[in-house]
Amino acid sequence: MKIKHITEISGALMRARWKQTLVAAVGVTFSIAFFISLLGFMEGLNQLLDGIVLNRTPHVRLYNDILPSKIQPIDLTEDYKDHHNFISSLKPTNTRKEIYNAPQIIDKLNKDKRVIGVAPKITAQVFYNLGNIDLNGIINGVDPEKEAAFFSFNDYVFDGKPLDLKNVSNSIILGQGAADIMRAKVGDNITVTSTEGEQFSLKVIGFFQSGIAEIDKVQSFASLSTTQKILGENSNYISDIQIKLQDMTQAPAMAVEYENFFKIDAEDIQTANAQFETGSSVRSIISYAVGITLLIVSGFGIYNILNMLIYEKMDTIAILKATGFAGTDVKKIFISISLSIGIAGALAGILFGFYFQ
Amino acid sequence: MKGNILLEAQAISKSFLNPVKIDILKEVSFSLSRGEYASIIGRSGSGKSTLLYILSTMDTDFTGELLLDGISIRGKSEKELAAIRNEKIGFVFQFHYLLNEFTALKNVMLPGFKLDRLSEEELEHNAYEFLKDLGIEKLAHKMANQLSGGEKQRVAIARAMINDPLIIMCDEPTGNLDSKNADIVFNIFKELTEEYNKTLLVVTHDLDFAQKTQRIIELADGKVLRG
Repeated sequence: MKIKHITEISGALMRARWKQTLVAAVGVTFSIAFFISLLGFMEGLNQLLDGIVLNRTPHVRLYNDILPSKIQPIDLTEDYKDHHNFISSLKPTNTRKEIYNAPQIIDKLNKDKRVIGVAPKITAQVFYNLGNIDLNGIINGVDPEKEAAFFSFNDYVFDGKPLDLKNVSNSIILGQGAADIMRAKVGDNITVTSTEGEQFSLKVIGFFQSGIAEIDKVQSFASLSTTQKILGENSNYISDIQIKLQDMTQAPAMAVEYENFFKIDAEDIQTANAQFETGSSVRSIISYAVGITLLIVSGFGIYNILNMLIYEKMDTIAILKATGFAGTDVKKIFISISLSIGIAGALAGILFGFYFQ
Repeated sequence: MKGNILLEAQAISKSFLNPVKIDILKEVSFSLSRGEYASIIGRSGSGKSTLLYILSTMDTDFTGELLLDGISIRGKSEKELAAIRNEKIGFVFQFHYLLNEFTALKNVMLPGFKLDRLSEEELEHNAYEFLKDLGIEKLAHKMANQLSGGEKQRVAIARAMINDPLIIMCDEPTGNLDSKNADIVFNIFKELTEEYNKTLLVVTHDLDFAQKTQRIIELADGKVLRG
């Protein structure tokens, strides 16, 4: 039995019932198109949701953590080497938040091929003065150029140019929530008090909105030098080094590497945002489950129509068998029908799917 | 009785077990020689259609022995049986059973596609010749569902002939036709036996038709009464 004749017979059977065939093929087309566009939609949603948080988060962050010393005096004495010890009311050491040799570390990181970019950062605890009310606030001292290049800073700043942080002295980009409370407009001067008690007058040049209200109420941005002034530190003072990597998945391993190399604390993005990882994987599972359900439904669609076709074509099958066609030939004919419906529908579905996507 | 034996049934019995055991055929034995024109008659329920199904190898669930061209069909696979049907047996049914999706010519060629011994051109030529012999060459390119009952039956006969089978089996070939068309079909069959030396086995309840054949095998209650 030549393939040509099998295709001829199945083609004739399909043409005889072209409406049913079309409905089956359209069913497959729809389900595959929706499968692809659904996956595309979910993928996009994942990127959007992750982006909100992950864009602004460094892949590895170097800083000095406030922790009790890992080695206590008792660990150093030879006498009690093989003993267990219990120390209560342990307090952190008086570590400085400043990163030692920050320029050298940044220099070294910039030469690392796995690193896209490095941005220094200072955080300063302040009070926004509002008449006789003081609001808690954090001023992030940043390099606006690097912040924009590596952490999409510009996407979150409106009513002003981020670069003005550098060009206008003593300027601030105020968090949207804080600005609303202070009724501050662009061009206004606001007063902040540092934890040391010194007052500074800062000019508002824009607003920052992350989309998370709690953050926007507290966080503001200023240039590195302005923040150093507020803290009363010299121009080498840096409390955080933010690193963006080529490959985000390497972050945990590299955090450990840097921790040991620079003798500093390092935090990777996966540890800092574990809940987002879970969120995106759960969303992917849901979208794949829905997609596969669609495919199964379309599979049953083909099966059903084929079933009907076979039932309707009992006579034809009988005649084919009587004239000497073996069961396998008849099977080949009907399988070729369902395959061509499936493949034609799938191809159209892929085209439509990518179009919708 | 002339020539060698083509088809031999030896003590063929068949029974259905559902819901109680009913014997359809009881030890049916007969043989057919080459070139014979035989008819099987009997009342409805006498088992003649069942017998034809068994003789045509489409039903293998029976006891006894069936020899076709000297070869037993016992223990043959479904595929081998299909090949035997394709090559050695031609069928004509009561309801013409053409494939409505094809032209008359394609319907005739269909068993030839399966046999795959001739090229498509030769096959088409042969099919056209058969249609010409049956006087319906003008209808060759019409779709099967546009033909009348008599025309369909003639196309079906041409289809039965296309692979040059040893035997042609017919199940009530005239049951659905008026007397004029029935006569035409009878004469075609007669011609087949005389000119092409084909063996014909016709199941019918049309006694007039049966009287005109060379040999009558009469079945009653699953047994051969005469033949």
